[in-house]
Amino acid sequence: MAKLHVSTTINGEPMEFLCEPSDTMLDALRGPLGLTGSKEGCASGDCGACSITLDDRLVCSCLMLAVEAEGHQLQTIEGMAHGDKLHPLQQKFLEMAALQCGICTSGMLIASDALLRKNSKPSEEEVRFWLAGNLCRCTGYDKIVRAVMETADEMREAAQ
Amino acid sequence: MTELRYLAPATLDEAIKALASAGSAGRILAGGTDLLVQMRSGAVKPGVIVDIKKIAEMTAIEETADGGFRIGAAVPGAVLAEHPRFGKVWPGLLEAINLIGSIQVQGRASAGGNLCNGSPAGDSVPALVAAGAIATLQGPGGRREMKVEDVPAGPGRTNLKPGEILVSFTLPPRPKGSSDAYLRMIPRTEMDIAVVGVGVSLTIKDGVCTAARVGLGAVAPTVLLVEAAARALIGSKLDDAALKAAAAACSAACRPIDDKRGTIVYRTKVAGVLLKRTVAIAAKRAGGN
Repeated sequence: MAKLHVSTTINGEPMEFLCEPSDTMLDALRGPLGLTGSKEGCASGDCGACSITLDDRLVCSCLMLAVEAEGHQLQTIEGMAHGDKLHPLQQKFLEMAALQCGICTSGMLIASDALLRKNSKPSEEEVRFWLAGNLCRCTGYDKIVRAVMETADEMREAAQ
Repeated sequence: MTELRYLAPATLDEAIKALASAGSAGRILAGGTDLLVQMRSGAVKPGVIVDIKKIAEMTAIEETADGGFRIGAAVPGAVLAEHPRFGKVWPGLLEAINLIGSIQVQGRASAGGNLCNGSPAGDSVPALVAAGAIATLQGPGGRREMKVEDVPAGPGRTNLKPGEILVSFTLPPRPKGSSDAYLRMIPRTEMDIAVVGVGVSLTIKDGVCTAARVGLGAVAPTVLLVEAAARALIGSKLDDAALKAAAAACSAACRPIDDKRGTIVYRTKVAGVLLKRTVAIAAKRAGGN
């Protein structure tokens, strides 16, 4: 059977790709689309390493069929920095060493960005609950949580 | 091996035709947070996937003329959480639905999927049962309604007829002094499967409980409506004796299994403990209404 043709928008750019009906969005991102920043950890929606946004809503790309992207807006880690200028979360993760091996990092960043868009002043508890679907085996989470909160502080100050 | 086909019809009639013609090879796709995991593991091998998210009725949240709600079966938890009124009227049902998985899962997962997945531990189901939610089903034989507690048939199985689709949930209007709550026991604080889940919906008038429903999850092959617990609460001032009797009724209703999450003895005891705590939360909320 012929592959399915999908037209979608990724990081603001119109994109087209071909996929099998059973391919996940993560398969399409990492395969034909060549966007390998989203990682596959568990492939069952537990680890969050494949986090993207679908019409501004945080989802696991491993739990979405690629064909479901038709007509929708996706954001991936590749769209987070503006050219060479890192997003404040990316910069803060670097400064505060909120990563080690890096497998969880793109998912952590996408999820944290989704949180800060919804809540510019999250409490530590809110950050920890929000990131409960993003697993990290290296950092013990503390540096990640602190980096997100510090970024939130700085982004609020910058907005004033 | 047969090829997988993906269909995303815009109307319920088309979806029902597509599902009917696929026979046992057809699967409904709502949020996909169970289906894609089951496909990945090889537990299910669908020949046709019918994506129902383009059907307006299945993704709508409506307030009905009598003051109730109608929730499309495919409405994701995150969308329901953003509704301006739903969580005020049904805080317990919303918290139960919002306990399903992570924020990522909430972006996709629906109460309809949670019910049709047939897990005895699905978090939304005890709260739906407590709420007195009615499921609207539609299939080749037409449309019918079923109480939510009658939908599960056993682990992974429902009483939907072949070709039937769960369309929406209808929630009744709330008298003054009503509220609800849901609590689950898990060994962690997030991202886990209920060892026991209790949903309570009640109405309090002049300090007396005038109506109550209790749903109990993860302690039997299906989520249970515990009428004996509700009877113990109704007519009481939710005093210690009434709570003790209702807790005992919950423990007596348990027919759990021993597994890695909890033993039969533990689940049976916790069902009673959680009932008391859940009633306390629902009663406090009802006092403010």
